[in-house]
Amino acid sequence: MEDGVKNIGLESKSEYMKFVVQFHHMMVDKSITLAYEGEITQDITKAFTSMTERNLDRMEEDGKIKKKVYHVMVECLQNIAKHADDKTETASDTLVDGLAKNGIFIVGSDAQEYFITSGNSIENSRIQELKDLLDNINSLDKDGLKEIYKFKMKENAISSKGGAGLGFIDIARKTGNQLEYHFEPVDKNNSFFLLKSRISRFASAEE
Amino acid sequence: MEALIINKTDDTPAIHLDKASGTFQFSGKSLPEDVTTFYAPVFKWLDEYGSAANPESVFIFKMTYFNTASSKIILDILMRLENLHNDGKTKVTVEWHHDEDDEDMQEAGEEYSEIVEVPFKFVAV
Repeated sequence: MEDGVKNIGLESKSEYMKFVVQFHHMMVDKSITLAYEGEITQDITKAFTSMTERNLDRMEEDGKIKKKVYHVMVECLQNIAKHADDKTETASDTLVDGLAKNGIFIVGSDAQEYFITSGNSIENSRIQELKDLLDNINSLDKDGLKEIYKFKMKENAISSKGGAGLGFIDIARKTGNQLEYHFEPVDKNNSFFLLKSRISRFASAEE
Repeated sequence: MEALIINKTDDTPAIHLDKASGTFQFSGKSLPEDVTTFYAPVFKWLDEYGSAANPESVFIFKMTYFNTASSKIILDILMRLENLHNDGKTKVTVEWHHDEDDEDMQEAGEEYSEIVEVPFKFVAV
């Protein structure tokens, strides 16, 4: 953290304050209502979803759009908690202790859509499989997604981490948009996986 | 047999399964971290119910939200009901309630009805 702060030239107090002002402007400009870096747990998932629901209520957002945002948030957050390859000391991979993994999570919007971005570390050895899964989902149309969801819901068993392997398909179905992803190399064993989901603010846009 | 009554929380539904009063209902939100543990008592109750079921059973689902892991568990519950129905243990009807504006919840119910062979009744409220 200290290194990071030095790298962006924040040695002095006033520079740090300027950075915060810039950061604030960036968040306002991009209408970012939530930006978080840290441990993702079930309690965090509940807190973020209820906070965003309240924000959307205040904005008098359409009920259908609100539900879609809620759906995507839960799946993204639970995905990180269950599947991130996080090796930090505070990470937990068991349901008994409660899942906890580090990641980033951003909710923002513009006039057209809400965007929900999540990021977590992943071992390079798992990238190809994940990429194939996402590409396959992106190649399917509405009916194709429905069929694969029904098929996997029947065939998949609940994993030891409580997942059903349906999250990405559900996000694609609920948003009606392609899953946008990026793998940023970190070192020879690990990368950072980013997923951006877009939800149109116009209820009929995907019908 | 004993009723199974679970109160709702932020991330789990209310469950009311009572043979004596003929009430079989799931309602609310379902996004527990550990779906298997949360729903285990339901499967245990259904096993017991199968050995001494009422002639007819109307299972009511009034879910407002469930995550993908819960969608899998709900299918497992419905498949268990399908077995009871097909084995002649009880005549099952599923009543699937959804907000009239909630097309996703309606569609979820329709998809279940396509997979599971028990009569479904849809109730838009």
